[in-house]
Amino acid sequence: MIPPSFEYHRPSTVEEAVGLLSSLGSEAKILAGGHSLLPMMKLRFAMPEHLVDINRISELSGVSVVGDNITIGAMTTENAVIADPILNEKVPLLPEAAKLIADPQVRNRGTIGGDIAHGDPANDHPALALACDAVMTVVGPAGARQIPASEFFLGTYWTALNDDDILTAITVKAFPDGAGYSYRKLKRKTGDWATAACAVVVALSGGKVSHIRITLTNLGPTAIRAHDAEAVLSGQAVTDELIKHAAEKAMAICDPAEDLRGDVEYKTAMAGQMVQRAIAEALSRAN
Amino acid sequence: MNAPVKTPEERQAELQGMGDSRLRKEDARFIQGKGQYCDDIKLPGMLHMDIVRSPIAHGRIKNIKKDDALAIPGVHAVLTADDLKPLNLHWMPTLAGDVAAVLADEKVHFQMQEVAIVIADDRYIAADGVEAVEVEYEELPVVMDPYAALEADAPVLREDLAGKNEGAHGPREHHNHIFTWEAGDKSAADDVFASAPVTVSQHMLYPRVHPCPLETCGCVASFDPIKGELTTWMTSQAPHVVRTVVSMLSGVPESKVRIISPDIGGGFGNKVGVYPGYVCAIVSSIVLGKPVKWSEDRIENISSTAFARDYHMDGHLAATEDGKILGLKVDVVADHGAFDACADPTKFPAGLFHICSGSYDISAAHCSVKGVYTNKAPGGVAYRCSFRVTEAVYLIERMVDVLAQKLDIDKAEIRRKNLIRKDQFPYTSPFGFEYDSGDYHTALEKVLDAVDYKALRAEQQEKRNDPNSPTLMGIGLVTFTEVVGAGPTKMCDILGVGMFDSCEIRIHPTGSAIARMGTITQGQGHQTTYAQIIASELGIPSEVIQIEEGDTSTAPYGLGTYGSRSTPVAGAAIAMAARKIHAKAKKIAAHLLEVSESDLDWEIDRFKVRGNEDQFKTMADIAFAAYQQPPEGLEPGLEAVHYYDPPNFTYPFGIYLCVVDIDKGTGESSIRRFYALDDCGTRINPMIIDGQIHGGLTEGFAVAMGQQMPFDEQGNLLGNTLMDYFLPTAVETPAWETDYTVTPSPHHPIGAKGVAESPHVGSIPTFTSAVVDAFAHLGVSHIDMPHTSYRIWKKLKEEGVQL
Ligand SMILES: Cc1cc2nc3c(=O)[nH]c(=O)nc-3n(C[C@H](O)[C@H](O)[C@H](O)COP(=O)(O)OP(=O)(O)OC[C@H]3O[C@@H](n4cnc5c(N)ncnc54)[C@H](O)[C@@H]3O)c2cc1C
Repeated sequence: MIPPSFEYHRPSTVEEAVGLLSSLGSEAKILAGGHSLLPMMKLRFAMPEHLVDINRISELSGVSVVGDNITIGAMTTENAVIADPILNEKVPLLPEAAKLIADPQVRNRGTIGGDIAHGDPANDHPALALACDAVMTVVGPAGARQIPASEFFLGTYWTALNDDDILTAITVKAFPDGAGYSYRKLKRKTGDWATAACAVVVALSGGKVSHIRITLTNLGPTAIRAHDAEAVLSGQAVTDELIKHAAEKAMAICDPAEDLRGDVEYKTAMAGQMVQRAIAEALSRAN
Repeated sequence: MNAPVKTPEERQAELQGMGDSRLRKEDARFIQGKGQYCDDIKLPGMLHMDIVRSPIAHGRIKNIKKDDALAIPGVHAVLTADDLKPLNLHWMPTLAGDVAAVLADEKVHFQMQEVAIVIADDRYIAADGVEAVEVEYEELPVVMDPYAALEADAPVLREDLAGKNEGAHGPREHHNHIFTWEAGDKSAADDVFASAPVTVSQHMLYPRVHPCPLETCGCVASFDPIKGELTTWMTSQAPHVVRTVVSMLSGVPESKVRIISPDIGGGFGNKVGVYPGYVCAIVSSIVLGKPVKWSEDRIENISSTAFARDYHMDGHLAATEDGKILGLKVDVVADHGAFDACADPTKFPAGLFHICSGSYDISAAHCSVKGVYTNKAPGGVAYRCSFRVTEAVYLIERMVDVLAQKLDIDKAEIRRKNLIRKDQFPYTSPFGFEYDSGDYHTALEKVLDAVDYKALRAEQQEKRNDPNSPTLMGIGLVTFTEVVGAGPTKMCDILGVGMFDSCEIRIHPTGSAIARMGTITQGQGHQTTYAQIIASELGIPSEVIQIEEGDTSTAPYGLGTYGSRSTPVAGAAIAMAARKIHAKAKKIAAHLLEVSESDLDWEIDRFKVRGNEDQFKTMADIAFAAYQQPPEGLEPGLEAVHYYDPPNFTYPFGIYLCVVDIDKGTGESSIRRFYALDDCGTRINPMIIDGQIHGGLTEGFAVAMGQQMPFDEQGNLLGNTLMDYFLPTAVETPAWETDYTVTPSPHHPIGAKGVAESPHVGSIPTFTSAVVDAFAHLGVSHIDMPHTSYRIWKKLKEEGVQL
C-alpha cells in the first residue's frame, strides 16, 4: 500500500500546468482530489514518475452562471457541488447525485473534474454529464477547446483528453422550467460504486414529455445515454406500460462487466429496475 | 467546619459501582486521538519490516533473488526461510498442535503467504525492497474445497507432514486430514433417529469470514543486546501467552521477555495468534540489535491473518409429530486452511462446538467435526464468539426452524415446546455441559409481547396474499444459549497453560487503588467496568481506581481477552482479590474500633459497629491504618492477588427477533426491526452492555449480510480490501432495540456471565431466520449466507417472485 517514489509539482496557473505536462510527457499525471489516482498508485497499478498537483490553481474551482449556462470549475469538490446554491436551483440533479458518491471524506477532496477525467465507467459524473448535456472545456498546449459529453467518453479509462490536456470546466444548461429529475443508484454499501445506476431528466408540456434524458452508470465500458428508451417516452403521456417498455430498451444496450457486485444478468436486470424507478421519481417531480 | 453528612444513597452513588452506567474511562483519549497504538510507537534507530508474499495459492519456490532488493540504499537485510533454518525458526508451533511456516519453506500453501522479509530504514524503502525481491514459483494444483481435499487423489498439501499419521488430536486418515473430533453419544442418537416419527436434515455453509478489526496487526520488537532483554509492543489479545511462546521459540528466558499490548483497535479473535510477522520482527531485532517495526496493511490483514468459521455442516433433528425434539446429529467438515492455527483449548479442536444442542432439552445428541487442510490462510478463531459457538448456535437455530417448517408449527411455538424449563437448571446437556442458570420462557414471552408477534404474523400473511406487494416480509426468531468464560483448567488450556485469569489489587495509603489484570481490553471498556466491581466490593469510588493491563512485566499472568472470558474469569478474580482485602480490612477495622470482627457490619464503604451507628471506619481510614501500624499478627499494607480457576463456564442467553423487508425488484433487504433481549446475569455497567450489544449485532449483521471471503478456484481472494469486504457504516446499520432479563450465574462470585459475544452469536442466525422466513411460504427452508442483494435476487428469481 505504498507507491514508488515520484516527483511532485505544484503549478499555480493552468498555463504552467500545461507546460509541465507537455515537457514531462506521458510519465506525468495530474493530481486533483487524488481519490482515484492515489489508491491506484498505492497498489502500484499506476506508477507515474511525476504528479502535477492542480489544487492550488484557484481559477479551476467554483460555479458561475452566464445566461442559461452554468460553468463548474473542474476542481470543484463533490461537497462544494452538494452545497452550491446555483446548482441546487438550476441543475438539482448534480448535488443530489453527488451525495451518493463515496463517503464524506472522499467528497471533501474528490473533484467533479477528476471524476469525469478518470474515464471510469463506474464513476457517477459521466452519466450525469450526459444527462445534463454537459460540454467540457479542455486546455492543451494549443489552447482551449470544447468537447460535448457525448463525444468525451471513449472507453474504460479512456477519454478525449490527451496526456497534456487539462479539463478546466464543465458547462451545463439550466434544466427546463418544471423539469423533474432523479438519480437512482443501487450499491452494496456506503462508499461503493454503482451496481447499476440511472439518471433521468424529464420535462412535460401539456402532460406529454417534451424533454427527456436517460443515462446509465456502470453498465458498459462508458456511461451510456439510452436513446431508444428516451424515444419510447418522447412526446408521450407516460404510463406504467411505457416506463416498463423504456426500461427494456435501456436494458438492451447494457453491457456490464461481471464482478463481485453481480453477473451480467443481474446487473442488466438492476439497470431495468433503476431506470423504472428513476423515471417514476423524475416524473413525480416534474410539473 | 464539618462536611455535611452524606446519606447512604449519596455514598452509594459516589462509588459508581456495579449497576452504574458510568462513562467509559477510555473514551477521553480515544475520541481526542490520543490513544497509543502499536504503530504510534517510535524508538530511536528503529528499522522497518515489510513482507514479500506469495501471489499464488499453491506452488514450489524455485528461486528467491534478493540482490536487487539488497542493492537499494537503506535496505539492511532480506531474510527467507533458509536464513531462519539455522535458528530453527522457519517453522513455529501453532496454538492447535500443528506447525506453521514462519516464512514459506520450499512451498507456498496459500495466496499472500509470507515468503521473505525486507528490513529497511523506513517503510517506504522496505516496500520498494519487497517489490524488488524476485521469487520464482512452480505452480501446483490448488485445493479450495475441503470435500475435494479429502478425495483419495487430492494433491498433497502438507508435504512436511508426510508419514505423520498421528496428529495432535488423534489419527489422521488422509494426507489432507487434520483431525476428527466427536462428542455426545452416537449410538443413543442413532437409536432415537431410527425410531423417531419425524426427521429433518439440512446442509449449510457457515462461510469463511474475517474479523477485520479497525487496527491491523503489528509490533515493535526491541532487543537490547547488552542486557539481553527483549521488549515487544504487540497487537495481542493474550500478551502473557505470547511471552511464553516467544521465550520458548527464541530461547530468551521468560523473565527477560516483556510483551506489551498497548491500546488495541479491536481484536475479535484476530489478535490471539502468533503471526509470522511478529516472529520475523523479533528475530530481526535480535539479529540486527535494533528495534524493528512491522505494521500490516488492510489487504495483508484480511488475506493472511486469522479468519473465522468456514464450517460445512450437516444437521439432523429427530422429533415427534407435534414437534418435541428427540435427537440431534451433526456432521461438520471444517476448512482450516493451510496450517491448523485455531485458537481453541487443547482438548477441543472444534472449540465448544458441542454447545450445539442449544437452549433445547434434547435427550440424545452426537456431533463430529472433521478438520481439513486447503490452500487458504490459516486461522479459525473466535470472531467475537467463544470457540465455534457461533457455528453451533447457527446450526441448532437453523435446524429448529427447518423442523418447525416441516411440521407447520410456528417457530415461537416449537421453541416454547422445547426450551429447557427454568426448573431444570442446573441442566446437563446431552454433550455434558452443565448449564448454570436460565429462564428462557420468561424471556421469550417478553420479546414476543414487546414486538406484538401476532400482529407481525398477520401483516406478513397479508403481504403474502398480495401478489402486487413490492416487498416480501420475513420474521426471524432465535433463542440462543452461549457458553463463555473459558475456562475450568481441568478442561481448558492453551499450550498447556490452564485458562485461569488473575487480578492483583493494591490499596494505597490514601484510599485510592490500582488493579492489574491478566486480560487486555480492546474495546470492552475494562478500565471502566473492572473498577466498578472493586468499587462495590471495597467501597472505594471507581474514579480513584486505576486499571492496568497488557504489560507482562507488571501484570499478573493471565490468558487474555477473547471468548467473552474477561468478566466471567478475570471479573471473578477481581471480586475474589477484593474479598481477600475486605477480610483483612475487617480485621484492621475491628482493631481500630476495639471490637471483635463479629460486631462489625459492612455498609457501602465502611465497617460499622453493630448497634452503634456512629462508630465506623471507612475503607479510606482502614487503608491508611494498614500502612501505619497494623494490628499484631497482620502484615502492613493492603493488597491481594487472586488467580481464579472457574468451576464451570457461564451460560448467557438471549432471545432475538428480526423483521426484514425484501425488495422484490432488487433483492435489497431492509431490517425494519431488530429486538435483542440479552440475559448476561448480573449487569455491571448497563451502558457498556448496550454498547457491546450494539457492536456485536452490527458485526453479526455484517457476517450474515455480506462478509463471506470470496475466492476463485485458483485460490485468489477476490475481496481483500474494504471496497469489497463488507464493514457496515452507520448508514447501513439497522436501529437496534435492546432489552434484558437478569438470571445471575450461581457459581460466579458476582453472578456475571459475560455479554460481548452473545449479540454476535445470536444475531447471525436471526438474520438468516428472517430472510428464509420471507420465502417460507414458497417452501424454502434454508438459504446460505451471505444474504446480499445479489444472492437474494437470484433466490427471488429462482422462486419466480422477482419484479
Ligand atoms: C472509497 C471510494 C469510493 C468511491 N466511490 C465513488 C462513487 O461511488 N462514485 C464516483 O463517481 N466516484 C467514486 N469514487 C471516486 C472519487 O469520486 C474520486 O474522487 C474521483 O473519481 C476522481 O476525482 P479526483 O478529484 O479525486 O481525481 P484524481 O484521483 O486526482 O484523478 C483521477 C484521474 O483523473 C486525472 N485528472 C484529474 N483531474 C483532471 C483534470 N482536471 N484534467 C485532466 N485530468 C485530470 C488524474 O490525472 C487521474 O488520472 C470513490 C473513491 C473512493 C476512494
